[in-house]
Amino acid sequence: MMADHSNTPIHKMIEEKASKKGMANVTETLMPKFFLVCAIISILTTIGIVFTLVFETFTFFQDVSVVEFITSPDWYPMFQDPDFGIRPLLLGTFTIAFIAMCLAIPVGLASAIYLSEYASDKTRRTVKPVLEVLAGIPTIVYGFFALTFITPLLQTFIPGLAIYNALSPGIVMGIMIIPMVASLSEDAMSAVPQSMRQGAFALGATRLEVSLKVVLPAALSGVIASFVLAISRAVGETMIVTVAGGANPTADLDITSSMQTMTAYIVQMSLGDAGFGTTVYYSIYAVGMTLFIFTLAMNIIAHVISNRFREEY
Amino acid sequence: MKAARQETTITTEERLQEPANLSVREWKNKIFKGIFTAAAGFSLLMLIVLILRIFTQGIGYLDWNLITSFASRNPSDAGILAAFVGTIWLMAVTAPISFILGVGTAIYLEEYANKNRFTSLIQTNISNLAGVPSVVFGLLGLTLFVRELAMGRSIIAGALTMSLLILPIIVVASQEAIRSVPTNLKEASYAMGATNWQTIYRVVLPAALPGILTGNILALSRAIGETAPLIMIGALTYIAFLPENLLSQFTVMPIQIFNWTSRPQEEFHLVAAAGIIVLLAMLLLMNSIAVWIRNKFQRRF
Repeated sequence: MMADHSNTPIHKMIEEKASKKGMANVTETLMPKFFLVCAIISILTTIGIVFTLVFETFTFFQDVSVVEFITSPDWYPMFQDPDFGIRPLLLGTFTIAFIAMCLAIPVGLASAIYLSEYASDKTRRTVKPVLEVLAGIPTIVYGFFALTFITPLLQTFIPGLAIYNALSPGIVMGIMIIPMVASLSEDAMSAVPQSMRQGAFALGATRLEVSLKVVLPAALSGVIASFVLAISRAVGETMIVTVAGGANPTADLDITSSMQTMTAYIVQMSLGDAGFGTTVYYSIYAVGMTLFIFTLAMNIIAHVISNRFREEY
Repeated sequence: MKAARQETTITTEERLQEPANLSVREWKNKIFKGIFTAAAGFSLLMLIVLILRIFTQGIGYLDWNLITSFASRNPSDAGILAAFVGTIWLMAVTAPISFILGVGTAIYLEEYANKNRFTSLIQTNISNLAGVPSVVFGLLGLTLFVRELAMGRSIIAGALTMSLLILPIIVVASQEAIRSVPTNLKEASYAMGATNWQTIYRVVLPAALPGILTGNILALSRAIGETAPLIMIGALTYIAFLPENLLSQFTVMPIQIFNWTSRPQEEFHLVAAAGIIVLLAMLLLMNSIAVWIRNKFQRRF
């Protein structure tokens, strides 16, 4: 190679080099553009979601008035004279999410305090992977667990409990969300500087007092944000409620009987009850839109809480 | 001011009495330590109960027959062959699409993007996408891929939907991996006369690859367990043939499990449990590979 080059005149070598550089220049300008396109696809996805939901919801609202959708107390889409009032689905969604939170928030927060304040490094290193495993189990497995284990178990305590009910999926959803609350809250609490703990210990505080009166208040924004994210996750959760919650959109708050959530309705209808182009078909988009708005709002709130109210140390 | 000082004196007096309460406070601490430990143990207990329960239910139906037969009306003949192959097809198509899109986005954000509003828009957008319920991605897939692009209820429609669903996870993991490559490696490369792309291709990507791969595998293991979006785009619940190409109809393991779970017969629940064991075994395998890659290849700088 070297010998070849020694015989070629200098200007040829420069030309050769320049032509190679041209090739390199092409990739040099092309690659960033390609990566930019990749990045833009994520924005297109959001636009796609919003446009899909808005257009199909608009079609739905040509058959059903917005006022009926918001104010009608009943949701009977398959009736001869159908009712499309979102309220029963919202009620079902938030009731089950509430049950889940009643379990996930106290247990998740207590686990976070344990992991961040009480546990030794070694215990933390064994407990955290367990939480990750729990968080990685597919939701259909949790649904199966709710229907075939928790429901029969609860029926021994509550004789009137229906096979499909709101309580069992609520509890299992809570179990599923504990790891999320625990790990996000623990992140927030671990970020509190050690010097603040040491200061409190030096004043004679017990570990409990340090945890509850120093660390928790200092980490409060992150902890609250983790709760809001958990609610958003519970509202958007689908398979547990579809499998174990049943399909009865009801407005009464009886958690021992079947309730339907927004997500469960969407799945039920797409399993085959709704023909393409019917009002019922478009109703899944209207429900999806409602679901999207609620979860997006909660995600934004969580973001605002953790950024705006963060205490900087 | 005066009121404030009075308050301080009162609390000081209270404080002086507190040493008498010391044992009470320490007891409280002990009790709460027990409560906190129990809370952390609760998750562990639930995991054990869940796994034990599913194993005791499903072990009777867990045999070779389960993997080699199609779904059937008869519980003892029912198998997950179509769902198993469908899941592998779906993952084989989802993996490259989501890898290219996700890593491409991460490279753009970490290496090329200027700090401007457009970049922060993409970043915010990605974190918001991560919070969108999976069933909404299903609605997007149903409208965009199945209907508008006329892909039908095919593997490619399912794979594209899944790719968009796991995109945020892959982008965030890849960004972290790329960010952890030390600047001095890059500076050395530039100093040797390498261009921007040469540096990324030959220095940054090789160093970040273990982290990127780990993130991708974990994201795929999330996709394997997803049910709702695929029900939305109309993956079948009963199928007795294997998919042949990208436009074939298909089913996947979670949908097959869902189908068996929603049947009233008790036997089908047991078959579902056996199916869950296979699904969990696949997840365990993928997670082990991810951890293995992370431990074996990840260099600490």
